[in-house]
Amino acid sequence: MSTISTTDVTWFFACKTTDVPTNGGVCVKYKDEQIALFYFTRSDTWYATQNLCPHRRQMALSRGMTGTHAGEPKVACPFHKKTFSLKDGRCLTDEHECALTVYPVRIEDDRVYIGVNAY
Amino acid sequence: MKIVVIGNGMVGYKFCEKIVEKTNNEGLELVVFGEEPLPAYDRVHLSEFFSGKSAADLGMAPLEWYASRNIKLHLGDPVQQIDRLHKTVLSYKGITEHYDYLVLATGSAAFVPPIPGIDKKGVFLYRTIEDLELMQAYAPQARKGTVIGGGLLGLEAAKALLDLGVKETHVVEFAPRLMPRQIDEQGSLILQSKLEKLGLKIHTSKNTSDILGEGAVTGLRFSDDTVLETDMLVISAGISPRDELAKLSGLETGHRGGIVVNEQLQTTDPSIYAIGECALYNGMIYGLVAPGYEMSEVAASHILGEQKSFTGFDMSTKLKLIGVDVASFGNPFVSPEQGSSIVLEDTMKGIYKRINISPDGQHLLGGILVGDAEAYNLLLQTCKNKVILPPNPEDILLGARNGNAAPGAGVTGLPDDAVICSCENVSKLAICQAVEAGNETLDAVKKCTKAGTCCGGCAPMVKDLITATMKAQGKYIRNVVCEHFAYSRQELLDLVKVKALRSFDEVLDHYGHGEGCEVCKPVVASILASLWNDMILHKGNDTAQDSNDRYLANIQKGGTYSVVPRVPGGEITPEKLIVIGQVAQKYNLYTKITGGQRIDLFGAHLSDLPLIWEELIAAGFESGHAYGKALRTVKSCVGSTWCRFGLHDSVSFAIQIEERYRGLRAPHKLKSAVSGCIRECAEAQSKDFGIIATEKGWNLYVCGNGGSKPQHAQLLAGDIDSETCIRYIDRFLMFYIKTADPLTRTATWLNKLEGGMDYLRNVVVNDSLGISAELEQEMQLLVDAYKCEWKEVVENPELRKRFSHFVNAPEEKDPTVKFETMRAQKKAAEWK
Repeated sequence: MSTISTTDVTWFFACKTTDVPTNGGVCVKYKDEQIALFYFTRSDTWYATQNLCPHRRQMALSRGMTGTHAGEPKVACPFHKKTFSLKDGRCLTDEHECALTVYPVRIEDDRVYIGVNAY
Repeated sequence: MKIVVIGNGMVGYKFCEKIVEKTNNEGLELVVFGEEPLPAYDRVHLSEFFSGKSAADLGMAPLEWYASRNIKLHLGDPVQQIDRLHKTVLSYKGITEHYDYLVLATGSAAFVPPIPGIDKKGVFLYRTIEDLELMQAYAPQARKGTVIGGGLLGLEAAKALLDLGVKETHVVEFAPRLMPRQIDEQGSLILQSKLEKLGLKIHTSKNTSDILGEGAVTGLRFSDDTVLETDMLVISAGISPRDELAKLSGLETGHRGGIVVNEQLQTTDPSIYAIGECALYNGMIYGLVAPGYEMSEVAASHILGEQKSFTGFDMSTKLKLIGVDVASFGNPFVSPEQGSSIVLEDTMKGIYKRINISPDGQHLLGGILVGDAEAYNLLLQTCKNKVILPPNPEDILLGARNGNAAPGAGVTGLPDDAVICSCENVSKLAICQAVEAGNETLDAVKKCTKAGTCCGGCAPMVKDLITATMKAQGKYIRNVVCEHFAYSRQELLDLVKVKALRSFDEVLDHYGHGEGCEVCKPVVASILASLWNDMILHKGNDTAQDSNDRYLANIQKGGTYSVVPRVPGGEITPEKLIVIGQVAQKYNLYTKITGGQRIDLFGAHLSDLPLIWEELIAAGFESGHAYGKALRTVKSCVGSTWCRFGLHDSVSFAIQIEERYRGLRAPHKLKSAVSGCIRECAEAQSKDFGIIATEKGWNLYVCGNGGSKPQHAQLLAGDIDSETCIRYIDRFLMFYIKTADPLTRTATWLNKLEGGMDYLRNVVVNDSLGISAELEQEMQLLVDAYKCEWKEVVENPELRKRFSHFVNAPEEKDPTVKFETMRAQKKAAEWK
């Protein structure tokens, strides 16, 4: 697994851009973690969050439907359709729900890198 | 108490309705004499007789209505004499009836001006259905037709001539303009130019002095000596009250006609009442139906000892004359001392609007609308209820400008006691209460309150009130899909079909905005599948599918999936059973028999799905669509092949049906069943469509539901053969697919369908909409396009690639998945 380190963020190579379905998500393995990676084809933007839905602690967000709410990108968990902002990870349908961890994404040519905290 | 009613027109009928309602038909003897051979009909919509309505369509109530209420109805038998001393009436046919109270509802006749030659052939009155029938018989030989009278009725008569196919129609008016009593000069001019554009020839300031012709009419001569050639002539120059019987009986009448009445509608004989167009109240004849109805109410109440009075009536009116809206309300002609006017005149579109404002600018006094009368109801209510006008009163004519919100005078601004339906005297409060009680459609409110049942003019306002009341209750009004599509599912389906769009992206480009969401994506994906039946994971539509559809399996606790192969009709060979068992063992799956006579295999990892299906397909299985809003299963009893009671082979029919509709996607899941006899072992009446064998064929039931709100299916058609049954199911399913809201099961859909089961039966069985052939064709297209989607995935490496948990470690399964053991099988670990 190739990684690029900057000051406090470690960028690791997740997959090729073509591995991710248009307007959809995939699950990326990073060490023992699972990260959900989403591609919004229309705006050509990428988002990454934890794959675990905090509601019932299910590894499912990468399989959820993506979309927008009043312009804000979001994903809906396949289990109970709770939706989370992909910008800041907060739950949009239940203010008492825990927020998701979000990760920065960088594209270089056709390669997708996700930034995680450097340890 | 015995009441005799003379006259069976709209008002005479309304009196009967009111008195029967008020007395509950108890202690009442009601006798009605009518001059015409038909029971009361809707004279307001008389010209519709020529646009295809029959006398029966126009009827207020059928003869059975009178019979079932013990009303003695003598038709074609006018009363000739009233003996006030002995309180009896004598009819033309010699019937004598005693009365306690007598009600004169003799109406009016067409006013016939004393023009020489008026009795020539080809000269008609415009008043009764009989008159219309005479005109209808004569019209084919007439190339040119003329109407004398440019008022309301005259223009109606002109429309009748146009409808009868008279090529050249003229209107002759004595006054300098059309409708002089309702609208002002500028309004008349706009109306005239609009009507001329529609082909009418209009002659104003013309006094007819002579009707020309030998035997039959050939033309008119006017006082200015000009001549107008014509092949037929219709007189519609106003009305004259039918007061001859009253005069004969010594009751007081006005010198220009009309039976004089007091505020209780009593004539000079207190046991005799007069109502409608024959009554003269305060020197005025009320030639509209709404005041006539109000008179019926007052008279009926007074006879029963209630104190109500008639104190005049607002003569505001709105009509469609030959397609042109004309309305006048309140005081249409305010003089400069009484107030000021705001006028909008648009000669290009042919629109004229005038509103009259009180001198202090606070209130609306009246107005005129020509060409566009949409604002009529609201203006009328604003006027009647003395609603305070906005600071710029022109806003109520022009609407809000500069991005400001609509001015305050909407329906919500009206007081509770505002009368919305003046024909039936229904207040805003009554309508809103009806809506709050659950009557949320126009039909329901009509039924409950009678509002809008007479002239129908208030219907748009009633609709607005329904919407406003529901909104105030926080209910969902316009059924748009979501923030990304401002259309209902039905609208969107039609649009997608017309444009032949095949992907979510195309639909979003054409009709939506933003990126879509978890609400609209599955709706559009379902619409696309219901229209074209393409493989659902192609064309980028995979990520528009609901999560289960996207992976062609049902997600379960822990993130694994369940697999349901199709077992049509629940019939399965031992060989296939063995394969299911072997696959379950190999992939360590929990097995359970479902309620739909199939076998569900639980606990499959995402990446095992294509492998499992590869084996199932090789053994002859195909997708069961348990993950889709689609046809699930057609359950069956064993039927006549084994059962000693079975009438037909229910299993074979169930298999045939399941194979026909397999893969059919719909607004919600679809379940079906076939029972071989009336014992109903397959529970067909709890299904979206269920079939039960009869001695002669099949009974087809539709719109049943199990689940949380069970509802029995209802009989759509009885004793039909297999072919007819399938045709009806084709039509029923396609009609449902095309009209239902998202995620609405057939039972809920039917409950919301206006007209309910009768309407549905008419559409499906009697083809009342004329769309049956189209529905069948559309269904056949879907049936022919069917392919097992799992077979396509198994054979397509690109699609298979999507069935892995980690994009960067496709061979690894999700390590967080945990199972426990129960009764020698696995189960998902309990979630927190």
